[in-house]
Amino acid sequence: MSERVLIGKVGLDGHDRGVKVVARILRDAGFEVIYTGLFQTPATMASAAVDEDVDLVGLSMLSGAHLTLAPLVVQELRARGCMAPVVVGGIIPEHHVQRLLDAGVAAVLTPGASAAAVVAAVRDVLAAAHAAD
Amino acid sequence: MNTPREIWNEAFEASATRVADFSTMSGVPLDAVYGPADGSGPYPGQYPYTRGPYASMYRSKLWTMRMFAGFGTADDTNGRFKEIIKSGGDGLSTAFDMPTLLGLDSDHPMSLGEVGRCGVAIDTLADMDDPYRGIDLGQITTSLTINSPAAPIFAMFVAQAEKAGTHRSRLGGTLQNDILKEYQAQKEFVFPPRQSMRLVRDTISFTAAEMPRWHSVSISGYHIREAGSTAAEELAFTLANGFAYVELAVAAGLPVDAFAPRLSFFFNAHIDFFEEIAKYRAARRIWARWMRERYGAQLERSLQLRFHTQTAGVSLTAQQPEVNIVRTAIEALAGVLGGTQSLHTNSMDEAMALPTEKSARIALRTQQVIAHETNVAHVADPLGGSWFVESLTDEMERQAEELFAHLLDLGDGSMLEGCIRGIDDNWFQGRIADSAFELERKFNTGQRVIVGVNRFTEGSDEPSMNLLEITNEDEARQLQRLASVRHDRNQAQVDEVLSRLAAEAADPEVNLMPTLVEAATAFVSLGEMMDTMASVFGRHVEVPTI
Repeated sequence: MSERVLIGKVGLDGHDRGVKVVARILRDAGFEVIYTGLFQTPATMASAAVDEDVDLVGLSMLSGAHLTLAPLVVQELRARGCMAPVVVGGIIPEHHVQRLLDAGVAAVLTPGASAAAVVAAVRDVLAAAHAAD
Repeated sequence: MNTPREIWNEAFEASATRVADFSTMSGVPLDAVYGPADGSGPYPGQYPYTRGPYASMYRSKLWTMRMFAGFGTADDTNGRFKEIIKSGGDGLSTAFDMPTLLGLDSDHPMSLGEVGRCGVAIDTLADMDDPYRGIDLGQITTSLTINSPAAPIFAMFVAQAEKAGTHRSRLGGTLQNDILKEYQAQKEFVFPPRQSMRLVRDTISFTAAEMPRWHSVSISGYHIREAGSTAAEELAFTLANGFAYVELAVAAGLPVDAFAPRLSFFFNAHIDFFEEIAKYRAARRIWARWMRERYGAQLERSLQLRFHTQTAGVSLTAQQPEVNIVRTAIEALAGVLGGTQSLHTNSMDEAMALPTEKSARIALRTQQVIAHETNVAHVADPLGGSWFVESLTDEMERQAEELFAHLLDLGDGSMLEGCIRGIDDNWFQGRIADSAFELERKFNTGQRVIVGVNRFTEGSDEPSMNLLEITNEDEARQLQRLASVRHDRNQAQVDEVLSRLAAEAADPEVNLMPTLVEAATAFVSLGEMMDTMASVFGRHVEVPTI
């Protein structure tokens, strides 16, 4: 059975070019991809992850609110007992990457990441999550 | 019978000339335009305006260097605006933050983390003065880059200007107010499409009647392109949206020549140099033909497509960001050779953050080099007559006409209905996502090169440059101000005007602008105006598709 990935946009950021491209890249790589659409809150994102019983949550963030919102998504997931790893992609300055990782984000993809890099990051994060099970 | 060249000569003689040395570096005097030896046209300023809307183009006046800025509190933005003016910029374009763009107050739960981050936060009239304090809005025109909440933000702008003593009839500037491309591309929508179009109609009617110097809609392809469309799709979708607004206003009873002269356009300047130039030339020709032949416009100003250009944010790379200065310069040059009326140049650090003061200055300097050092502005439409550019112009037009035919089909002969149907059916959104994915595939296979990203990557892992940091302190300051405005205002007056707004929103015949201006004056917040209208209009939800 292919692994299930929930991809979404949290907050007010309407830039959806990247999230749609990544969704197609992952679908073409064999993942089952569910896209939440725009304007999710950390809570609606986490609920969708639980309802859809996904293996990984991907967040696309281009507005600069990642340091506020990504940690909240991790918290909302864990509060619901969902241990799915969270991957953040988008406009993330280098010096914010470690802060996101410290907040429980499993991996961060920055601008210019190739399709191969996106797929590899998702596979690595899933492998690490399975190893921890 | 005068030849087009002779007619052009007369028009040129009657035009103003700016002070400059119109010869090459080695002293060859330059004509203001070149054309066929037999004097045949058309020339710039002549229908269908492929070669430019005006006879004299940049000989009379250079393009407006209109830099887009806004971040933090209104005070921060005011500081950046003054810096731009001091550095020689002569137009402003106001960027609003995400909550403002979506009609939310700064204290709304969804605004958390977004206040002042991507632009200036405007909650009430109290915030509207600050960005422009000390700036003469009679000298410097300003553009309000806002769409879903365009009507209430515009109402605040008008209320503020009148409070400061400038009557609305004297205000010059542009309201972006292009809601169709929000559903198609930028995705900052609030109300459903038809209800939003009613607000667009209200602003067009209001400005046509009361604000002769104001541009009511800036029909924008920029965001369509940034979202991933091709050049031809940008061209076609933008002009189709323009035709939809024309049909909307005509259906509301306005004569086409009463509002069409105040419509303007906004295009992207991407990295494919000649294709971009061809796109601008085709845009002018298509608009002129359709406005005259399909919509019966008679005034020359109704036929002349005038546009703002912004270089392509999406072409910028986070890797080796200094190289972005080169990309921006090439894109800006395409805008100028394509005959743009105003131009924003992106800063090198914008793949990662809002620009620092220094990088924004370099971006403006890039325009100044093109304007004052290269001599490219001496001759109008310098690429006109090139076999290549003329052929590419024809091809852009052909592809656009194919897309128009599809939309007219969708709308049973109405472009307005075709555009709304294309949004409801996710047709635009799907086309744009397909084109974005196709381009991404070419980058991933190396079929298209991005220097520093998929080729020539030596140096790409160097630490990034200093970036502008927006702190949460701004958010706290903004929340404090909103709380004090809510405390100090006359609540009975607020309640009264909001209940009137709700009643008027329910009657599609009423123009909501006068009541919105009243609401702004009473310090009703943006979120309160939007919520009141949403209680009548409903809210738009996009069906998520990959």
